[in-house]
Amino acid sequence: MTTPDMIMYEEEYQKIKAIIARLRTESNAKLVFLVDKNGQQIAAHGELENFDTTSLASLTAGNVAATDGLAKLIGEKEFSILFHEGERDNLHISIVAQRVILVVIFDNKSSLGLVRLRVKKASLELTEVFEKIVKKINSEKETGALEMESPFAEITDDDIDSLFAH
Amino acid sequence: MTFINYASREINCKIVYYGPGLGGKTTNLQYVYDKTAPNAKGKMISLATETDRTLFFDFLPLELGSVRGFKTRFHLYTVPGQVFYDASRKLILKGVDGIIFVADSQSERMDANIESVNNLEQNLKLQGYDLMKIPYALQLNKRDLSNVVSVEDMKKELVRKGEPVLEAVASTGTGVFDTLKAVAKQVLIELKKG
Repeated sequence: MTTPDMIMYEEEYQKIKAIIARLRTESNAKLVFLVDKNGQQIAAHGELENFDTTSLASLTAGNVAATDGLAKLIGEKEFSILFHEGERDNLHISIVAQRVILVVIFDNKSSLGLVRLRVKKASLELTEVFEKIVKKINSEKETGALEMESPFAEITDDDIDSLFAH
Repeated sequence: MTFINYASREINCKIVYYGPGLGGKTTNLQYVYDKTAPNAKGKMISLATETDRTLFFDFLPLELGSVRGFKTRFHLYTVPGQVFYDASRKLILKGVDGIIFVADSQSERMDANIESVNNLEQNLKLQGYDLMKIPYALQLNKRDLSNVVSVEDMKKELVRKGEPVLEAVASTGTGVFDTLKAVAKQVLIELKKG
């Protein structure tokens, strides 16, 4: 429980960013972003200045969690795709590798069909990357390398106090 | 479950305010929001009913500054306190790193406090957590009211382990940041253990 659930390394982070950027271009979307199921944003690409991605991340995770709850109540394992249609913008939400949430925001320059098609392809690529990350974390846990690398191993009471100084 | 991003040098932690309905969880968050510099906070989101009771959760992202070159972000959430929202409460506990229990000090709310602590323990267990191990602080809120239970009696009923106990008046801000700090400290110390 105390070991962090998710660690992002430079190499995989760059890969994820590239996949998301390509998904945005190919699907003609306004914004594409990835959130973990706890509401932490992992990566985003697109019209970032027009959207509050932190709020989007937490609400998306809440939405997916609530929908998961609904699915279980009626005996489904999960609803893997959520789609919200608006007057101008639409929201396409899908679950990748059972643990991260991929969100695409698009308007009438794109279409649901195109988004679904491109999301499918990107999901496969993202799944591969996340499987690699999990493998990496697990192998580092085994060898104890994770502990060595923790930037917080040297943290002092003063460090923590200074966060709350203001 | 903290999320460490080595690439962008960020660390994200999730802290949940738990407790009985009308105990002051949202008020705690509102005070933190009001007193935080604009560049250190994001938008506060409240999913509330028409009468301003929390329906799903309140959310406030805070950026506290850097520790060892890593930007430290805390995501603060509240749960809906009313008993019948249990399904929602369970969802919000997912991936939690630290918990603040906001107890209502009024004598007529003691039963509700006890029920809520027990509910917290159960819901944590369902998510695979153990209250005994997770960073945790107990806030005794509304100490300014006249019909309050003594601190000693409240401790007797509500303390689960050696958690920090803080007296507070969330509406005026007394004890609000002290409580947050008490839990944030434990969360960061957990990280130290790796």
